[in-house]
Amino acid sequence: MNKRQLICIGCPLGCQMEAEQNEGGEVVSVKGNTCPRGDAYARKELTCPTRIVTSTVRVEGGARHMVPVKTKEDVPKEKIFDCMEEIRRLAVTAPVAVGDVLLADVAGTGVALVATGNVAAG
Amino acid sequence: MKRYDIVIIGAGPAGLAAAVAAFDDGARSILVLERDREAGGILNQCIHNGFGLHTFKEELTGPEYADRFVRQAGERGIECRLNTMVMDIGAEPGAAPDAHPMKYVTAMSREDGLYQVAARAVILAMGCRERPRGALNIPGYRPAGIYSAGTAQRLVNMEGYLPGKKVVILGSGDIGLIMARRMTLEGAKVQVVAELMPYSGGLKRNIVQCLDDYGIPLKLSHTVVDIQGKERVEGVTIARVDENRRPVAGTEETYECDTLLLSVGLIPENELSAGLGVELSPVTSGPVVNESLETNVEGVFACGNVLHVHDLVDFVSEEAALAGKNAVAYVRRLEAAEGGAGQAARDEAEGGAGQAARDEAEGGAGQAARDEAEGGSDSVEDAVKSADNESAVVEISPRSGVRYTVPSHIRMSHMQEEQVVRFRVGDVYKNCFIRAYLNGRQIVSRKRPVMAPGEMEQLKLKKGQLLEYMEPGTDSYCLEIKVEEK
Repeated sequence: MNKRQLICIGCPLGCQMEAEQNEGGEVVSVKGNTCPRGDAYARKELTCPTRIVTSTVRVEGGARHMVPVKTKEDVPKEKIFDCMEEIRRLAVTAPVAVGDVLLADVAGTGVALVATGNVAAG
Repeated sequence: MKRYDIVIIGAGPAGLAAAVAAFDDGARSILVLERDREAGGILNQCIHNGFGLHTFKEELTGPEYADRFVRQAGERGIECRLNTMVMDIGAEPGAAPDAHPMKYVTAMSREDGLYQVAARAVILAMGCRERPRGALNIPGYRPAGIYSAGTAQRLVNMEGYLPGKKVVILGSGDIGLIMARRMTLEGAKVQVVAELMPYSGGLKRNIVQCLDDYGIPLKLSHTVVDIQGKERVEGVTIARVDENRRPVAGTEETYECDTLLLSVGLIPENELSAGLGVELSPVTSGPVVNESLETNVEGVFACGNVLHVHDLVDFVSEEAALAGKNAVAYVRRLEAAEGGAGQAARDEAEGGAGQAARDEAEGGAGQAARDEAEGGSDSVEDAVKSADNESAVVEISPRSGVRYTVPSHIRMSHMQEEQVVRFRVGDVYKNCFIRAYLNGRQIVSRKRPVMAPGEMEQLKLKKGQLLEYMEPGTDSYCLEIKVEEK
């Protein structure tokens, strides 16, 4: 058995949790969480941790130089820097609006990259 | 001069939420003044996710959260002037002491120059600003490369500049933690985050997501003791501090770097409020307010980070909506007092007239004087005084472990069925109780597994609960709020 200490990122409470994993990497118990989200987070975090990536993308012909973006869903943690590499290379043309899909599949994750801000042409 | 019922200073999350709530409560004469080129305030540079879980039941980024409120304001046609700096808020010159004075807001913009608008009610929503290096007494030269974390955040996220490649961060406030991750993602090397206190000032989840995820060390009880470099930062020396926060000789470590970010606290921005004579709390640096979020200056309300620094924008929106509604109620009371049968009837229907009478009856000498002037209120006053503690005022007194509360007092005549009291604790507490005592008798006890200075707490008070413990004939109460271990 492998014991792991975790802090839940589900909400500001930040529960201190202890999870047990068996030899196969399977999570067999979670303790210290105060709600079911903590349990789910611990299991996911120990088997396939994911994060939403947020960054900015260059805008051409816009009133602003940059537009904020995010991955529409969370992506595997080990793919974060691959996503960043594609985001850094990307440039879009104004206008851009909240929710616009800027990349259909970022870094082979199957997750779309969407704009989270508005940039008018100008 | 143009006159408005409500003028709101600032179009950040607080100002926008106040404007929308005021509109939805029936106000149509609203003006929002914003100094930046766009509405949304600080959210526009907070491109990370984690906003809106309470308000919209989904996880949004800062700009998306701002966009929702900008849209709501736009759909309602609320007038918002951008690139406009408010220079001064003043009372009516030469106003009689028995009048409800208009407030004069002096503003400036490239298009309109310097001008004034008059307002019946003003909502302060100017937000806060970062503590600068000058507040810290760090020795050394003043080379380029030292930024407050929020400045760096604006440069990276809105302007598209990376301030440096090798970074040391002083202070573990949320903006510092967020910027540690952001700079790392953009290819910079963040070597260490040093925190003076033995605990982090930021949310725990930010330590996990922003530092632990990227292997960035957090050194608690450490501070910067020297900055090297004359033209540009070349290195930063940090040292451990003892329990009195004094650096311990022999514990110095020097990091070669080109950038030092400071995330060492936020201060509500109250120069305008102070100029108007608004009483400020020495603890929060924000206005002292009553249950309606009204300051000591009649008709001037405050909400959001200008009132007290928040961690979660959701609570800013909630607080600001309350300020918006209360400003509308205030304007209605003025209209009712000024007469007009139609007006009175409308107020009657909305249950505002009784409220107005109570308002006139209870608060302060100035209020009483105004009452005199308006005449015929004696009977109302008597009636109200005899009614169940409606004229009582509850002073909230933060005690052991509780640093401050917002509001600082509650007028029972204006209290809603439920009153949220927000506060911060002064230390990290585990498995403790938050308790409220009214004139020495315990009325609320709530167990809290963890409390920390970096995370705002709240307590909900029920009006019935307070009334239950009140005695006829007593008008002045003290509500102590404290942290207790058992």
